[in-house]
Amino acid sequence: MTQLPAAESLAARHRLRGWEALPWVAGIAVFFLFPSYLAFGTQVLVMVLFVLSLDLVLGYAGIVTLGHAAFFGTGAYVVGMLAMNWGWNEPLSGLLAAALVAGAVGLASGFVLLRTRGLTLLMLTLCTMALLEEASNMGSAWTGGFDGMPGLTFKPLLGLFPFEQLSFRPQYLYALAVLFACFVVVRTLVHSPFGQTLTGIRENLLRMHAVGAPVHRRLVTAYALSAALAGIAGGLFAQCNAYVNPAVLGLDRGAGALIMLILGGYGRLYGAFVGSLVYMLLEHTLAKAYPTAWQLGVGLILMAAALYARNGILGLAESLRDRLRGGIGR
Amino acid sequence: MSFALLETRGLCKSFGALEVSRDIGIRLEPGARHALIGPNGAGKTTLVNLLTGLLRPTRGSVLLAGEDVTTLPQAKRVKRGIARTFQINQLFRGLSVLENVCIAVSERFGLAGRMLRPAGLRTEVIAEASRLIELLQLAADAGRRVGELPYGRQRLVEIAIALGLNPKVLLLDEPAAGVPSAESHILLAAIGALPKDIAVLIIEHDMDLVFRFAERITVLVSGAVFAEGTPAEIAANRDVRAIYLGGAVDA
Repeated sequence: MTQLPAAESLAARHRLRGWEALPWVAGIAVFFLFPSYLAFGTQVLVMVLFVLSLDLVLGYAGIVTLGHAAFFGTGAYVVGMLAMNWGWNEPLSGLLAAALVAGAVGLASGFVLLRTRGLTLLMLTLCTMALLEEASNMGSAWTGGFDGMPGLTFKPLLGLFPFEQLSFRPQYLYALAVLFACFVVVRTLVHSPFGQTLTGIRENLLRMHAVGAPVHRRLVTAYALSAALAGIAGGLFAQCNAYVNPAVLGLDRGAGALIMLILGGYGRLYGAFVGSLVYMLLEHTLAKAYPTAWQLGVGLILMAAALYARNGILGLAESLRDRLRGGIGR
Repeated sequence: MSFALLETRGLCKSFGALEVSRDIGIRLEPGARHALIGPNGAGKTTLVNLLTGLLRPTRGSVLLAGEDVTTLPQAKRVKRGIARTFQINQLFRGLSVLENVCIAVSERFGLAGRMLRPAGLRTEVIAEASRLIELLQLAADAGRRVGELPYGRQRLVEIAIALGLNPKVLLLDEPAAGVPSAESHILLAAIGALPKDIAVLIIEHDMDLVFRFAERITVLVSGAVFAEGTPAEIAANRDVRAIYLGGAVDA
């Protein structure tokens, strides 16, 4: 049988490319070159993981949510509460618990929410987050209420490497390793037939029903998986920073992740990396240079991005690349 | 009476006080080439939506191969062999033609929920999708994004997706709508070349296409079956000519 060229390029799409090593090489290079930035670097890595989880539902499945911090927060609170109330402070099993609980919350809420679409869905995701935030406030005996849970302690990683609140060296490598593992999962998912159907649901819901796809089940599955990943990000946040506060569940975090994803370019896997890094670097440097008016600078840059780079930084890069190739080809 | 692949009995659908389908009974035998015609607003697309399960009838039943599927949801009916195309293209515009067809095929093969091995390595899916793409003469465009294709080519992708579901019954909702006349011959050839064992119900305003393609014609007026017969009978029917064809058909 003759193979269509399109079939060959489809078969090649999931293959690893050379440049895909870049984020990980850069991640390791930062560890050696910028030892004083590892605390900041850890926050970036945690955020990349959270934004990556959002990309799975928003960028691939087209589920528009503002409340994804519900799952980040759930993960953070699970790790924090286990450590504070029950002395369960082994890091890896803590992350596993965070993933399971956040995944379960995602499954339950997704089952109900994902029957709706558009603005209704958007409002319901916000409500889920608000409910959890209020629950954390009300259950102050277990959650620390408004003050959160400061000064958490965790066992050494793998029983060997204790967390260091000054250098952040173990936390940075831990976050990098967890991000890598989760990235492998997400990358596998989006290239699988399951990922292909998520894209199909995003592109045309009516057609997806008409090809006989169990749309609701697929969406709930994706939502729960994404929630579990967000939960891991939240658990990682709690462990690396040794505290949990109600802000992990807030709208600021949910909306911030959305901005970073759009800035980097959604539905592209690496948009999470680029967006989180650029946004957080901007925030960091502008806050240093203009302590009072830095948000103005961030706002202006985001407006420029929204107006001139609709598909984010990666989208801009892609269209530049296509234009260059086109120029050579013609 | 031979075996009916798809049959409706006393099918009614109302939206509030508005009756859009009234006591419709049609039957398609294996390999049927059946056309559904009628003026705008006669309830043709509503009938397709009732057949596929997008809408639930108010009364009456839909039978597929003798089994009552009236309460089955759309996805389950697709698995049992009813596929459709849409009057207005419903495609995955951002994806390539090949991917559009692959999505349907991997759904049919029951592989679409799998999460591990990449879609690009599912050779059985890609081979089947490629076969259909070649059948509809879309091979040259297989790698292009559907949204970039001319409208007539997009109509062919609609049919390729429906065939990807390996249907027993194929419902074509105005396949030639919006296709420029310069391109319509490709569509006609594609419809003419549909596998013989599939029962096809086609809704179409292009009388040329209808009379060339159909072996039976049902005329729908105001939600009810007005006349049914062979193309010759329908063309000779004075009432049909008066109401719908305007007396201008030479069959």
